Amino acid sequence: MTQPLIKLTDLSCERDERVLFEALNLSIDAGDLVQIEGPNGCGKTTLLRLLTTTSTDYSGNILWQGEPIDRVRLDYLNQLLYVGHLPGVKKALTPRENLGWFCGMFQGHQRCSVEEALEQVGLFGFEDVPCYHLSAGQLRRVALARLFLTPARVWVLDEPFTAIDKQGVANLERLMAEHASGGGCVILTTHQDMMSEGVRRINLRDFAPINTGAAVQYHMEGS
Amino acid sequence: MTRGEIPMGSAGGVTDNVPSIGAGFMATLRRDLLIAVRHRGELANPLMFFLMVITMVPLGISPEAAVLSALAPGMIWVVALLATLLSLDSLFRSDFEDGALEQLLMSPQPLYFQVLAKVFVHWLITGVPLTLMAPVLGVMLSLPSAGYWPLILSLLIGTATLSLIGAIGAALTVALRKGGLLLSLIIMPLYVPVLIFGASGVRSAIEGFPYLGTMAVLGAFLALAIVLAPLAAAGALRISING
Repeated sequence: MTQPLIKLTDLSCERDERVLFEALNLSIDAGDLVQIEGPNGCGKTTLLRLLTTTSTDYSGNILWQGEPIDRVRLDYLNQLLYVGHLPGVKKALTPRENLGWFCGMFQGHQRCSVEEALEQVGLFGFEDVPCYHLSAGQLRRVALARLFLTPARVWVLDEPFTAIDKQGVANLERLMAEHASGGGCVILTTHQDMMSEGVRRINLRDFAPINTGAAVQYHMEGS
Repeated sequence: MTRGEIPMGSAGGVTDNVPSIGAGFMATLRRDLLIAVRHRGELANPLMFFLMVITMVPLGISPEAAVLSALAPGMIWVVALLATLLSLDSLFRSDFEDGALEQLLMSPQPLYFQVLAKVFVHWLITGVPLTLMAPVLGVMLSLPSAGYWPLILSLLIGTATLSLIGAIGAALTVALRKGGLLLSLIIMPLYVPVLIFGASGVRSAIEGFPYLGTMAVLGAFLALAIVLAPLAAAGALRISING
Protein backbone atom coordinates (compact mmCIF):
# COMPACT_ATOMS: atom_id res chain seq x y z
CA MET A 1 0.00 0.00 0.00
CA THR A 2 1.36 3.41 -0.85
CA GLN A 3 1.73 6.05 1.81
CA PRO A 4 -0.72 8.97 1.57
CA LEU A 5 1.04 12.27 0.87
CA ILE A 6 -0.57 14.09 3.77
CA LYS A 7 -2.39 12.44 6.62
CA LEU A 8 -4.27 14.30 9.33
CA THR A 9 -5.09 12.24 12.36
CA ASP A 10 -7.37 13.37 15.14
CA LEU A 11 -6.60 16.99 14.35
CA SER A 12 -8.29 19.63 16.43
CA CYS A 13 -7.75 23.33 16.60
CA GLU A 14 -8.82 25.92 19.10
CA ARG A 15 -8.75 29.64 18.52
CA ASP A 16 -9.66 32.33 21.01
CA GLU A 17 -11.06 29.68 23.37
CA ARG A 18 -13.39 28.39 20.68
CA VAL A 19 -12.92 24.96 19.19
CA LEU A 20 -12.98 25.35 15.42
CA PHE A 21 -12.85 21.68 14.50
CA GLU A 22 -11.97 18.49 16.26
CA ALA A 23 -11.30 14.84 15.48
CA LEU A 24 -10.49 15.68 11.88
CA ASN A 25 -9.12 12.63 10.08
CA LEU A 26 -8.18 12.97 6.49
CA SER A 27 -5.71 11.39 4.14
CA ILE A 28 -4.74 13.08 0.98
CA ASP A 29 -3.15 10.93 -1.71
CA ALA A 30 -1.32 11.84 -4.85
CA GLY A 31 -3.95 12.77 -7.41
CA ASP A 32 -6.40 14.22 -4.91
CA LEU A 33 -8.17 17.50 -5.37
CA VAL A 34 -9.61 18.44 -2.01
CA GLN A 35 -12.01 21.32 -1.56
CA ILE A 36 -12.44 22.51 2.02
CA GLU A 37 -15.92 23.91 2.51
CA GLY A 38 -17.80 25.51 5.32
CA PRO A 39 -19.40 28.78 6.40
CA ASN A 40 -17.29 31.87 7.10
CA GLY A 41 -15.33 31.64 10.30
CA CYS A 42 -15.42 27.86 10.53
CA GLY A 43 -11.65 27.54 10.31
CA LYS A 44 -10.88 26.92 6.65
CA THR A 45 -8.00 29.35 6.50
CA THR A 46 -6.81 28.18 9.92
CA LEU A 47 -6.66 24.61 8.66
CA LEU A 48 -4.64 25.73 5.64
CA ARG A 49 -2.29 27.66 7.91
CA LEU A 50 -1.71 24.49 9.91
CA LEU A 51 -0.89 22.72 6.66
CA THR A 52 1.63 25.41 5.73
CA THR A 53 3.35 25.20 9.16
CA THR A 54 2.86 28.94 9.80
CA SER A 55 0.57 28.06 12.68
CA THR A 56 1.33 25.32 15.17
CA ASP A 57 -1.62 25.70 17.52
CA TYR A 58 -3.14 22.27 17.07
CA SER A 59 -3.40 18.93 18.73
CA GLY A 60 -3.28 15.73 16.76
CA ASN A 61 -0.89 14.86 13.97
CA ILE A 62 -0.12 16.17 10.53
CA LEU A 63 1.98 13.61 8.70
CA TRP A 64 3.90 14.19 5.48
CA GLN A 65 4.56 10.82 3.87
CA GLY A 66 4.23 9.20 7.27
CA GLU A 67 6.46 11.60 9.20
CA PRO A 68 5.27 14.45 11.44
CA ILE A 69 5.71 17.70 9.52
CA ASP A 70 7.69 19.47 12.22
CA ARG A 71 10.33 16.76 11.88
CA VAL A 72 10.61 16.89 8.09
CA ARG A 73 9.81 20.56 7.84
CA LEU A 74 12.29 21.75 5.18
CA ASP A 75 11.68 18.66 3.08
CA TYR A 76 7.95 19.26 3.28
CA LEU A 77 8.17 23.00 2.61
CA ASN A 78 10.24 22.23 -0.44
CA GLN A 79 7.25 20.32 -1.82
CA LEU A 80 4.68 22.91 -0.81
CA LEU A 81 3.27 25.86 -2.64
CA TYR A 82 0.86 28.17 -0.86
CA VAL A 83 -1.10 31.02 -2.34
CA GLY A 84 -3.06 32.78 0.35
CA HIS A 85 -5.59 35.55 0.81
CA LEU A 86 -2.74 38.01 0.53
CA PRO A 87 -0.94 37.46 -2.75
CA GLY A 88 2.54 38.15 -1.34
CA VAL A 89 3.31 40.27 -4.37
CA LYS A 90 5.34 43.43 -3.83
CA LYS A 91 3.56 46.34 -5.46
CA ALA A 92 6.73 48.36 -6.00
CA LEU A 93 8.18 45.62 -8.19
CA THR A 94 7.20 44.36 -11.61
CA PRO A 95 5.66 40.89 -12.09
CA ARG A 96 8.97 39.68 -13.52
CA GLU A 97 10.90 40.86 -10.44
CA ASN A 98 8.31 39.39 -8.09
CA LEU A 99 8.52 35.98 -9.71
CA GLY A 100 12.29 36.28 -9.81
CA TRP A 101 12.28 36.46 -6.02
CA PHE A 102 10.21 33.28 -5.75
CA CYS A 103 12.57 31.54 -8.16
CA GLY A 104 15.50 32.39 -5.91
CA MET A 105 13.73 31.34 -2.74
CA PHE A 106 12.38 28.02 -3.92
CA GLN A 107 14.81 25.76 -5.65
CA GLY A 108 13.78 24.37 -9.02
CA HIS A 109 11.13 27.03 -9.39
CA GLN A 110 11.81 27.11 -13.11
CA ARG A 111 9.66 24.57 -14.84
CA CYS A 112 9.26 27.20 -17.53
CA SER A 113 10.55 30.72 -17.94
CA VAL A 114 9.00 33.55 -15.96
CA GLU A 115 7.79 35.10 -19.21
CA GLU A 116 5.98 31.91 -20.21
CA ALA A 117 4.34 31.67 -16.80
CA LEU A 118 3.11 35.25 -17.03
CA GLU A 119 1.82 34.60 -20.52
CA GLN A 120 -0.07 31.56 -19.25
CA VAL A 121 -1.92 33.66 -16.69
CA GLY A 122 -2.74 36.31 -19.29
CA LEU A 123 -0.23 38.93 -18.26
CA PHE A 124 1.65 39.02 -21.54
CA GLY A 125 2.85 42.57 -22.02
CA PHE A 126 2.65 43.36 -18.30
CA GLU A 127 6.00 41.80 -17.37
CA ASP A 128 7.66 45.12 -16.66
CA VAL A 129 4.72 47.16 -15.41
CA PRO A 130 5.02 47.97 -11.69
CA CYS A 131 2.43 45.95 -9.79
CA TYR A 132 0.71 48.98 -8.30
CA HIS A 133 -0.60 49.70 -11.80
CA LEU A 134 -2.27 46.27 -11.92
CA SER A 135 -5.84 45.46 -10.89
CA ALA A 136 -6.69 43.15 -7.98
CA GLY A 137 -7.34 40.27 -10.36
CA GLN A 138 -4.05 40.84 -12.15
CA LEU A 139 -2.17 40.93 -8.85
CA ARG A 140 -3.67 37.58 -7.96
CA ARG A 141 -2.69 36.28 -11.38
CA VAL A 142 0.91 37.26 -10.68
CA ALA A 143 0.77 35.13 -7.52
CA LEU A 144 -0.93 32.30 -9.39
CA ALA A 145 1.72 32.35 -12.12
CA ARG A 146 3.85 30.48 -9.58
CA LEU A 147 1.67 27.43 -10.18
CA PHE A 148 3.29 27.16 -13.61
CA LEU A 149 6.79 27.58 -12.23
CA THR A 150 6.78 25.37 -9.17
CA PRO A 151 7.80 21.74 -9.02
CA ALA A 152 6.00 21.39 -5.65
CA ARG A 153 3.67 18.44 -5.28
CA VAL A 154 1.36 19.94 -2.70
CA TRP A 155 -0.61 23.02 -3.64
CA VAL A 156 -2.44 24.77 -0.84
CA LEU A 157 -4.63 27.51 -2.24
CA ASP A 158 -6.76 29.82 -0.13
CA GLU A 159 -9.62 31.27 -2.20
CA PRO A 160 -7.61 31.18 -5.43
CA PHE A 161 -10.56 32.28 -7.56
CA THR A 162 -11.11 35.61 -5.82
CA ALA A 163 -11.13 38.45 -8.35
CA ILE A 164 -10.40 36.06 -11.24
CA ASP A 165 -12.70 36.17 -14.29
CA LYS A 166 -14.68 33.17 -15.57
CA GLN A 167 -12.20 32.18 -18.25
CA GLY A 168 -9.38 32.41 -15.73
CA VAL A 169 -11.24 30.20 -13.26
CA ALA A 170 -11.79 27.56 -15.96
CA ASN A 171 -8.08 27.64 -16.84
CA LEU A 172 -7.10 27.33 -13.19
CA GLU A 173 -9.39 24.37 -12.67
CA ARG A 174 -7.90 22.65 -15.68
CA LEU A 175 -4.40 23.33 -14.37
CA MET A 176 -5.29 21.88 -10.98
CA ALA A 177 -6.78 18.77 -12.53
CA GLU A 178 -3.64 18.33 -14.61
CA HIS A 179 -1.44 18.77 -11.56
CA ALA A 180 -3.44 16.18 -9.64
CA SER A 181 -3.31 13.66 -12.46
CA GLY A 182 0.45 14.24 -12.68
CA GLY A 183 0.94 12.90 -9.16
CA GLY A 184 0.46 16.02 -7.07
CA CYS A 185 -2.36 17.07 -4.82
CA VAL A 186 -4.32 20.27 -4.42
CA ILE A 187 -6.01 21.48 -1.26
CA LEU A 188 -8.11 24.57 -1.70
CA THR A 189 -10.88 26.58 -0.16
CA THR A 190 -13.45 28.26 -2.32
CA HIS A 191 -17.12 29.13 -2.16
CA GLN A 192 -17.55 28.55 -5.85
CA ASP A 193 -18.74 25.27 -7.29
CA MET A 194 -15.86 23.51 -8.94
CA MET A 195 -16.49 22.18 -12.41
CA SER A 196 -13.83 19.48 -12.37
CA GLU A 197 -14.90 15.97 -11.63
CA GLY A 198 -13.39 14.00 -8.81
CA VAL A 199 -13.19 16.88 -6.37
CA ARG A 200 -13.32 15.64 -2.80
CA ARG A 201 -15.40 17.96 -0.68
CA ILE A 202 -14.66 18.21 3.00
CA ASN A 203 -17.14 20.25 4.97
CA LEU A 204 -15.47 21.55 8.10
CA ARG A 205 -18.83 21.98 9.80
CA ASP A 206 -19.03 18.20 10.06
CA PHE A 207 -16.05 18.39 12.40
CA ALA A 208 -17.22 21.34 14.46
CA PRO A 209 -18.04 20.47 18.06
CA ILE A 210 -21.74 19.85 18.64
CA ASN A 211 -22.38 22.73 21.02
CA THR A 212 -21.14 25.51 18.73
CA GLY A 213 -23.07 23.97 15.86
CA ALA A 214 -26.19 24.13 18.01
CA ALA A 215 -25.41 27.70 18.99
CA VAL A 216 -25.17 28.73 15.36
CA GLN A 217 -28.45 26.94 14.65
CA TYR A 218 -30.14 28.69 17.54
CA HIS A 219 -28.78 32.02 16.50
CA MET A 220 -30.05 31.57 12.96
CA GLU A 221 -33.53 30.63 14.14
CA GLY A 222 -33.63 33.44 16.65
CA SER A 223 -32.77 36.15 14.14
CA MET B 1 1.32 23.46 -21.20
CA THR B 2 4.06 20.98 -20.73
CA ARG B 3 3.97 20.26 -17.05
CA GLY B 4 4.16 16.50 -17.44
CA GLU B 5 7.58 16.46 -19.09
CA ILE B 6 9.54 17.55 -16.07
CA PRO B 7 9.56 15.05 -13.23
CA MET B 8 7.93 16.04 -9.98
CA GLY B 9 10.23 16.36 -6.98
CA SER B 10 11.28 12.88 -5.95
CA ALA B 11 9.20 11.23 -3.26
CA GLY B 12 12.03 11.25 -0.76
CA GLY B 13 12.89 14.73 -1.94
CA VAL B 14 16.36 14.72 -0.45
CA THR B 15 19.41 15.94 -2.30
CA ASP B 16 18.33 16.98 -5.80
CA ASN B 17 15.95 19.66 -4.67
CA VAL B 18 17.61 21.25 -1.67
CA PRO B 19 17.40 25.03 -2.09
CA SER B 20 20.60 27.00 -2.08
CA ILE B 21 21.02 29.31 0.89
CA GLY B 22 23.14 31.71 -1.12
CA ALA B 23 20.54 32.01 -3.87
CA GLY B 24 17.80 32.68 -1.32
CA PHE B 25 19.93 35.27 0.48
CA MET B 26 20.76 37.04 -2.77
CA ALA B 27 17.14 36.92 -3.96
CA THR B 28 15.88 38.68 -0.83
CA LEU B 29 18.80 41.11 -0.86
CA ARG B 30 18.16 42.06 -4.47
CA ARG B 31 14.40 42.33 -3.95
CA ASP B 32 14.68 44.58 -0.88
CA LEU B 33 17.26 46.83 -2.52
CA LEU B 34 15.02 47.19 -5.57
CA ILE B 35 12.06 48.09 -3.36
CA ALA B 36 14.21 50.62 -1.50
CA VAL B 37 15.29 52.21 -4.80
CA ARG B 38 11.66 52.40 -5.97
CA HIS B 39 10.66 54.10 -2.70
CA ARG B 40 13.43 56.69 -2.80
CA GLY B 41 11.34 59.23 -0.91
CA GLU B 42 11.26 57.09 2.23
CA LEU B 43 15.02 56.68 2.14
CA ALA B 44 15.45 60.37 2.84
CA ASN B 45 13.30 60.37 6.01
CA PRO B 46 15.94 59.34 8.59
CA LEU B 47 18.50 61.54 6.87
CA MET B 48 16.22 64.55 6.99
CA PHE B 49 15.54 63.89 10.67
CA PHE B 50 19.28 63.65 11.33
CA LEU B 51 19.97 66.86 9.45
CA MET B 52 17.14 68.84 11.01
CA VAL B 53 17.84 67.95 14.64
CA ILE B 54 21.57 68.66 14.31
CA THR B 55 20.80 71.98 12.60
CA MET B 56 18.61 72.96 15.56
CA VAL B 57 21.34 72.33 18.13
CA PRO B 58 23.44 75.50 17.51
CA LEU B 59 20.21 77.51 17.27
CA GLY B 60 18.74 76.12 20.45
CA ILE B 61 21.75 75.76 22.70
CA SER B 62 24.60 78.03 21.73
CA PRO B 63 26.50 78.82 18.56
CA GLU B 64 29.79 78.98 20.46
CA ALA B 65 32.34 76.53 19.09
CA ALA B 66 33.61 75.57 22.56
CA VAL B 67 30.16 74.50 23.76
CA LEU B 68 29.26 72.75 20.51
CA SER B 69 32.48 70.79 20.19
CA ALA B 70 31.94 69.36 23.67
CA LEU B 71 28.42 68.29 22.70
CA ALA B 72 29.20 67.10 19.18
CA PRO B 73 30.12 63.40 19.61
CA GLY B 74 27.25 62.60 21.96
CA MET B 75 24.74 64.68 20.02
CA ILE B 76 25.55 63.12 16.65
CA TRP B 77 25.42 59.64 18.16
CA VAL B 78 22.09 60.17 19.93
CA VAL B 79 20.41 61.58 16.84
CA ALA B 80 21.81 58.85 14.58
CA LEU B 81 20.43 56.28 17.04
CA LEU B 82 16.99 57.91 17.06
CA ALA B 83 16.97 58.15 13.25
CA THR B 84 17.66 54.41 13.06
CA LEU B 85 14.93 53.73 15.59
CA LEU B 86 12.41 55.73 13.55
CA SER B 87 13.11 53.73 10.42
CA LEU B 88 12.82 50.32 12.10
CA ASP B 89 9.05 50.04 12.21
CA SER B 90 8.88 49.51 8.46
CA LEU B 91 11.48 46.72 8.41
CA PHE B 92 8.97 43.83 8.30
CA ARG B 93 5.73 45.83 8.18
CA SER B 94 5.11 45.92 4.43
CA ASP B 95 6.04 42.25 4.05
CA PHE B 96 3.58 41.40 6.79
CA GLU B 97 0.80 43.41 5.19
CA ASP B 98 1.07 42.01 1.68
CA GLY B 99 1.66 38.38 2.60
CA ALA B 100 5.32 38.23 1.55
CA LEU B 101 6.32 37.47 5.15
CA GLU B 102 4.13 34.34 5.14
CA GLN B 103 5.83 33.24 1.96
CA LEU B 104 9.22 33.92 3.55
CA LEU B 105 8.34 31.77 6.57
CA MET B 106 7.12 28.86 4.49
CA SER B 107 9.98 28.92 2.03
CA PRO B 108 12.47 26.10 2.43
CA GLN B 109 15.12 28.64 3.42
CA PRO B 110 16.71 29.08 6.84
CA LEU B 111 15.01 32.13 8.29
CA TYR B 112 18.29 33.26 9.88
CA PHE B 113 19.84 34.15 6.52
CA GLN B 114 16.64 35.72 5.26
CA VAL B 115 16.46 38.03 8.28
CA LEU B 116 20.16 38.78 7.87
CA ALA B 117 19.57 39.80 4.26
CA LYS B 118 16.72 42.11 5.22
CA VAL B 119 18.72 43.70 8.06
CA PHE B 120 21.73 44.13 5.79
CA VAL B 121 19.59 46.07 3.33
CA HIS B 122 18.19 48.16 6.18
CA TRP B 123 21.72 49.03 7.24
CA LEU B 124 22.73 49.87 3.67
CA ILE B 125 19.83 52.30 3.29
CA THR B 126 19.90 53.91 6.75
CA GLY B 127 23.14 53.22 8.65
CA VAL B 128 25.54 53.83 5.77
CA PRO B 129 23.95 57.13 4.61
CA LEU B 130 23.80 58.34 8.23
CA THR B 131 27.49 57.52 8.64
CA LEU B 132 28.39 59.32 5.44
CA MET B 133 26.42 62.36 6.48
CA ALA B 134 27.86 62.53 10.00
CA PRO B 135 31.17 64.31 9.10
CA VAL B 136 29.24 67.12 7.41
CA LEU B 137 27.14 67.57 10.52
CA GLY B 138 30.35 67.34 12.54
CA VAL B 139 31.52 70.51 10.78
CA MET B 140 28.24 72.15 11.73
CA LEU B 141 28.87 71.29 15.38
CA SER B 142 32.58 72.24 15.09
CA LEU B 143 33.77 68.73 15.93
CA PRO B 144 37.56 68.80 16.56
CA SER B 145 39.48 67.32 13.66
CA ALA B 146 40.78 64.37 15.69
CA GLY B 147 37.19 63.14 16.02
CA TYR B 148 36.22 62.61 12.38
CA TRP B 149 37.68 59.18 11.65
CA PRO B 150 36.65 57.74 15.02
CA LEU B 151 33.14 59.13 14.44
CA ILE B 152 32.85 57.50 11.02
CA LEU B 153 34.29 54.21 12.22
CA SER B 154 32.14 54.04 15.34
CA LEU B 155 28.96 54.92 13.44
CA LEU B 156 29.70 52.40 10.70
CA ILE B 157 30.05 49.57 13.22
CA GLY B 158 27.45 50.96 15.59
CA THR B 159 24.60 51.48 13.12
CA ALA B 160 24.99 47.91 11.88
CA THR B 161 24.57 46.72 15.48
CA LEU B 162 21.59 49.04 15.91
CA SER B 163 19.90 47.63 12.79
CA LEU B 164 20.45 44.05 13.98
CA ILE B 165 19.15 44.65 17.49
CA GLY B 166 16.27 46.69 16.13
CA ALA B 167 15.20 43.77 13.93
CA ILE B 168 14.27 41.83 17.08
CA GLY B 169 11.91 44.57 18.21
CA ALA B 170 10.50 45.04 14.72
CA ALA B 171 9.82 41.31 14.44
CA LEU B 172 8.13 41.19 17.84
CA THR B 173 5.81 44.09 17.09
CA VAL B 174 5.09 43.48 13.40
CA ALA B 175 1.67 41.97 14.01
CA LEU B 176 0.54 44.80 16.28
CA ARG B 177 -1.47 47.63 14.79
CA LYS B 178 0.38 50.32 16.70
CA GLY B 179 3.70 48.81 17.64
CA GLY B 180 5.78 51.96 17.34
CA LEU B 181 5.93 52.90 21.01
CA LEU B 182 6.31 49.34 22.18
CA LEU B 183 9.13 48.84 19.69
CA SER B 184 11.00 51.81 21.16
CA LEU B 185 10.49 50.55 24.72
CA ILE B 186 11.79 47.08 23.86
CA ILE B 187 14.78 48.31 21.92
CA MET B 188 15.95 51.35 23.90
CA PRO B 189 17.62 49.47 26.79
CA LEU B 190 19.52 47.31 24.30
CA TYR B 191 20.72 50.40 22.45
CA VAL B 192 22.24 52.03 25.54
CA PRO B 193 25.57 50.10 25.60
CA VAL B 194 26.14 50.79 21.89
CA LEU B 195 25.51 54.49 22.46
CA ILE B 196 27.81 54.66 25.50
CA PHE B 197 30.74 52.99 23.76
CA GLY B 198 30.18 54.76 20.44
CA ALA B 199 30.05 58.28 21.86
CA SER B 200 32.77 57.74 24.44
CA GLY B 201 35.11 56.34 21.79
CA VAL B 202 34.81 59.53 19.77
CA ARG B 203 35.25 61.68 22.87
CA SER B 204 38.39 59.91 24.00
CA ALA B 205 39.86 60.31 20.50
CA ILE B 206 39.19 64.05 20.69
CA GLU B 207 40.82 64.25 24.09
CA GLY B 208 43.88 62.49 22.72
CA PHE B 209 43.41 59.12 24.40
CA PRO B 210 43.57 55.80 22.51
CA TYR B 211 40.14 54.93 21.16
CA LEU B 212 40.73 51.61 19.41
CA GLY B 213 39.79 49.73 22.58
CA THR B 214 36.25 51.11 22.56
CA MET B 215 36.03 50.44 18.83
CA ALA B 216 37.00 46.84 19.55
CA VAL B 217 34.18 46.61 22.09
CA LEU B 218 31.78 47.99 19.47
CA GLY B 219 33.09 45.37 17.07
CA ALA B 220 32.45 42.69 19.67
CA PHE B 221 28.86 43.95 20.05
CA LEU B 222 28.46 43.70 16.29
CA ALA B 223 29.84 40.15 16.16
CA LEU B 224 27.50 39.10 18.95
CA ALA B 225 24.55 40.81 17.27
CA ILE B 226 25.25 39.15 13.90
CA VAL B 227 25.16 35.74 15.55
CA LEU B 228 22.26 36.20 17.93
CA ALA B 229 19.94 38.94 16.65
CA PRO B 230 18.76 37.22 13.43
CA LEU B 231 18.03 34.08 15.44
CA ALA B 232 15.93 36.03 17.93
CA ALA B 233 14.21 37.98 15.17
CA ALA B 234 13.43 34.76 13.27
CA GLY B 235 11.83 33.27 16.38
CA ALA B 236 9.89 36.48 16.97
CA LEU B 237 8.62 36.47 13.39
CA ARG B 238 7.29 32.92 13.80
CA ILE B 239 5.46 33.98 16.96
CA SER B 240 4.07 37.10 15.29
CA ILE B 241 2.76 35.24 12.26
CA ASN B 242 1.37 32.41 14.38
CA GLY B 243 -0.94 34.73 16.32
